[in-house]
Amino acid sequence: MFDKFQNNDRMLMLFFIFLVLAGPILLAPFGAGYPDLLQRFCIFGIFAIGFNILFGLTGYLSFGHAAFLGVGSYSAVWMFKLLTMNVIPALILAVIIAGLFSLLIGFISLRRSGIYFSILTLAFAQMSFSLAYSVLTPITNGETGLQLTLDDPRILDAANTSGSLPSTNFFGLTMNSTAKFEFFGMVFQFNVGFYFCAVMLILAFYLAMRIFRSPFGLMLKAIKTNQNRLNYTGVNTRPYTLAAFVISGMYAGLAGGLMACTDPLAGAERMQWTASGEVVLMTILGGSGTLLGPVLGAGFIKYFENIFSKINENVLHGWFSFLPDGLEDLIVWVLHFFVGKGWHLTLGLLFMMVVIFLPGGLLQGASHIIDWIRGKKQSSSTQISNPNSMPAE
Amino acid sequence: MSILEVQNVNKSFGGLKALQNVNLSVEEGTIHAIIGPNGAGKSTLLNCFIGKLIPDTGTVNFNGQSLLGMKAHEINQTGVSRVFQTPEIFSDLTVYENVMIPCFAKRDGSFCLNALNRVKSEAEIHDKAEHMMEDVNMADKKDMVASSLSRGDKRRLEMAMCLAQDPQLLLLDEPTAGMARADTNNTIDLLAEIQNKRHITMAVIEHDMHVVFSLAQKISVLAQGTVIVEDLPENIKGHPKVQEAYLGGAH
Ligand SMILES: Nc1ncnc2c1ncn2[C@@H]1O[C@H](COP(=O)(O)OP(=O)(O)O)[C@@H](O)[C@H]1O
Ligand SMILES: [Mg+2]
Repeated sequence: MFDKFQNNDRMLMLFFIFLVLAGPILLAPFGAGYPDLLQRFCIFGIFAIGFNILFGLTGYLSFGHAAFLGVGSYSAVWMFKLLTMNVIPALILAVIIAGLFSLLIGFISLRRSGIYFSILTLAFAQMSFSLAYSVLTPITNGETGLQLTLDDPRILDAANTSGSLPSTNFFGLTMNSTAKFEFFGMVFQFNVGFYFCAVMLILAFYLAMRIFRSPFGLMLKAIKTNQNRLNYTGVNTRPYTLAAFVISGMYAGLAGGLMACTDPLAGAERMQWTASGEVVLMTILGGSGTLLGPVLGAGFIKYFENIFSKINENVLHGWFSFLPDGLEDLIVWVLHFFVGKGWHLTLGLLFMMVVIFLPGGLLQGASHIIDWIRGKKQSSSTQISNPNSMPAE
Repeated sequence: MSILEVQNVNKSFGGLKALQNVNLSVEEGTIHAIIGPNGAGKSTLLNCFIGKLIPDTGTVNFNGQSLLGMKAHEINQTGVSRVFQTPEIFSDLTVYENVMIPCFAKRDGSFCLNALNRVKSEAEIHDKAEHMMEDVNMADKKDMVASSLSRGDKRRLEMAMCLAQDPQLLLLDEPTAGMARADTNNTIDLLAEIQNKRHITMAVIEHDMHVVFSLAQKISVLAQGTVIVEDLPENIKGHPKVQEAYLGGAH
């Protein structure tokens, strides 16, 4: 199945569009069909797709991409405050500012490669994070975060007389309006904000696919395998890595802008290093260097974060109440480290397992399973001889 | 006319004088062999031509233009390509992609943001890459991942990559090392054909005297960092200094 996709981008694209647009229906049975989570799937999907253009193709591991996410959010909220609640100008500014910011950081950080590059990006991101809390409070509103207020100018919008904060919209379509349908006892929610993010995700995915298949993308892959040879082949690798860095920074800016579109506030914690680390995890967990992998990784992490962080000790006691008291308490005591706020422990363990047992990420796991099922039907003589090839790429 | 003019090049690594007052003049359109025992400084000399090393003193001129201080990719863009002693290829990519990359680099220069074209629909690049692979007899291996090739095939692939750029000067560092006899003879034929049909100038480092004497129009003998003789092949064989420094031990 995945091998076929490899040769058939149109199939892959249609499959992706179907999965994304049908998300509210497909994910409802798993308790993930509500707008807030679906939007996060899309937004972090975009973030990870962009990150993968840098990391998956060139191998340059940035630990500072959350800075661009944060910059995108701030820019978008400023647009909501000053110009209009329409999301389009906000997103345009978010992408442009994040692009400029990543041009600056990339220009400096890309003077080094390997671990030094990673450390430089991390340092820049942490600097941005602290600046957002201190010197830049007039722009970022410090710890409170940047929010909408009633007396914002919003020069393009009609005067607001309702006395409540206006909501973000796409040419009049309000982002947070939702149509609910009940069907066989299940609630399906179709939310404007989600579908807006979904369309953005599909566009982001399409653009990434074009980049992967382009001569530019080929050069990026060449940088990953042998940068020296590329230099001795007459290619100046610096502008290529810088372009990849800026493109991925703009993706991050778009993701940050979309966060502000679905919930118009921006805080500095979005720029923290843990957020930068999260997108690295998403990309590697799903399968770096593949097209679908990062989206899968983003969805996986956000879904399980949602499930695991909701479980608390009471829920656990409910699950294990059939056991004798002493044993019940013991099991709940052990498990409570892994749920709720301890969800990151579970994530860490999962990540370790994937890196050790599935170096190609979840996507590789999926194609192993498919091959295994297929292999039972066919003889093994059709096995592909190259173990290094990435699935669906 | 000499296409590559090297004068008084010195290079030391710490206390080790790898190159001492090296002079070399490669005539346009010829194959110039550089021979010498292991550790004589042959690879180091080539490194000084391609921007990998900067000589301590001396000049390196290509077509009258100094190569010193130029970046590796700039030197390549002026028309100098190199096949390395240990193959430098894009191991994770397919043979076909390996050959397409220099084709793109030749056409698009050192940077081109063609992120929305499709590699698939670049007809001229495909034609050229196909041709190159046929020239080195690797058309049947085009979909293999480069890391899975044999050593000899890797070297031929690297040669195809360099030829795809239509260089004016091709530097080859032991092109037949690790090849079977038959492949060595194919390589001799290939290099002779390149010289006759494409008029590419070549500087070849080679240990195999059969290769050297079948191809070279001029030979420089390097020993312990200095050129001890530069002469025509027929004068090299019986040269007393060469016997002493190089052939002496072997015969
Ligand atoms: N980058 C380097 N650093 C230190 N010593 C080097 C370096 N490159 C080559 N050498 C030394 O210079 C001498 C010449 O090496 P080389 O040019 O590789 O010889 P060869 O003629 O066999 O190609 C050797 O003694 C080698 O150890
Ligand atoms: Mg050598």
